[in-house]
Amino acid sequence: MPRIVVRNLSVYYGSHQALRDVSVEIPDGQITVVLGPSGCGKTTFLRCLNRLIDLTEGAKVTGEVFLDGENILAKDADLLRLRQKVGMLTQKPQVFPMSIYENVAFGAWLKGLRDKKALDELVRQCLQRVHLLEEVRDRLFAPAFQLSVGQQQRLCLARALAVEPEVLLCDEPTSALDPLSAQKVEELFRELKERYTIVLVTHSLRQAKRLADYVLFFYMGELVEHGPAQQVFSEPKEEQTKAFLTGVIG
Amino acid sequence: MTWRRRQERWMKVAMMAATSLLIGSFFALLTVLVVKGWQAISWSMVVKLPTGGAYFGGEGGILNAIVGSLLLAVGATSLSLLVALPTALLLQPDYAGRKKFAQFLRSLLDGLWGVPSIVYGACGYALLVALGWRACLLGGLIALAFVELPIMVRAMDEALGIVPKAMKEAAYALAFTRYETMRHVVLRQALPSLVTAVLLAFGRGIGDAASVLFTAGYTDNIPRSLFDPVASLPLTVFFLLNTPFEEGQRRAYAAAFVLLVLVLAVNVLARVITKPLSRYIVR
Repeated sequence: MPRIVVRNLSVYYGSHQALRDVSVEIPDGQITVVLGPSGCGKTTFLRCLNRLIDLTEGAKVTGEVFLDGENILAKDADLLRLRQKVGMLTQKPQVFPMSIYENVAFGAWLKGLRDKKALDELVRQCLQRVHLLEEVRDRLFAPAFQLSVGQQQRLCLARALAVEPEVLLCDEPTSALDPLSAQKVEELFRELKERYTIVLVTHSLRQAKRLADYVLFFYMGELVEHGPAQQVFSEPKEEQTKAFLTGVIG
Repeated sequence: MTWRRRQERWMKVAMMAATSLLIGSFFALLTVLVVKGWQAISWSMVVKLPTGGAYFGGEGGILNAIVGSLLLAVGATSLSLLVALPTALLLQPDYAGRKKFAQFLRSLLDGLWGVPSIVYGACGYALLVALGWRACLLGGLIALAFVELPIMVRAMDEALGIVPKAMKEAAYALAFTRYETMRHVVLRQALPSLVTAVLLAFGRGIGDAASVLFTAGYTDNIPRSLFDPVASLPLTVFFLLNTPFEEGQRRAYAAAFVLLVLVLAVNVLARVITKPLSRYIVR
């Protein structure tokens, strides 16, 4: 069984149904791209996978989401353990009001890693893996917000990697970045997908074509079509998918 | 289109005028205090206790009131900080699951904010009488803490409210608990505004006369325990201004000047202390 299995997932905001009975299995160790026009439920879907949806006022969730065989939507699910397994990147990078070093180290420190040397090594490794170490080596203790937006996004990625997740959820992680920074982040995803299951929401069809191994296409809250990227892009089965891919909608 | 240009110009003039009025009145205030009190201001006034007929233009200083006011205001501000911060945190959507509860609490606090401080003084006095105590430092601290509380909670509530929701979500997504998110992310990000909240409350506390009139009492000495009466600068100003003697009245203005300098000094000090911590705030 794959790591993430979604069954009959529905989300309501008051009387508005944002997700309609979504069932899908997300393949491990690949980049799954969630596609669809604005307001189709992509972000809502993503926020169910780490239960950040709990923080949205008035949202009601039904169905099941299994992570490693455990239903995370269950009332007694261990949220903290779940969220340690699932890292998140947002559209606009949200660094914490602390130094570059602390931003990366804090999650691990809270988990109980108190050894200074181990922390140093962890921070070095994580920054190295997002290719940020060279750029910040001499100012690790400078405020994180002094970095450029592109660097901040890579810092956020390093921060997520530091708590050793299995899954990375990314909500349009490059849409606030300049093209060069966006390219760097995309390359990172390609490098990371061997070790992590990546679920990536994007507006950009071109980005989806560059990155996707597997595609979920949402329209008006419904999972219209899903399958290997090759198949969905070259021979879409549904009319709405065709319309989206050819630029008629979205 | 020229009327829009004119509107632009007039708006600017109006804003400048309003601001100048504000700055002007601050300096006018300062001038009045200095002109009326400069003859009385001296080093011995600041470092000596009143002796003999201090109120008739006699000897000594107002050290009793300076120390008393600092004890009262710093103590009451610390007391209300202990209550205000948890309350303000509870008001945040992260904790206040039901929005209605938070809204109710906010309007209650706004109501309390508008309660005149003499009312807190009177209630504090009733409490003292019921306990069989006389007016004392502890009584003044409690009454003053209640005067400061609503203003501090509401100001902190606003300060915490401006921390971006996305920043908190980033913390939750990293498996931070609510406490960890508040303690390590929200409080750091909101620090300067939280300091402002504390200073606002401190300013109201140190300048308040009505709440301490019956609860803290007045004395020429510095209190030795929480159960001794304590003097305060606003009451010193009040009593001295009430004397028919010119010398006493001059000392009243001098005392008011000292009060003003004290408030400014505390403000500057707090800013200097928190400046290095504000370095990391995400803008």
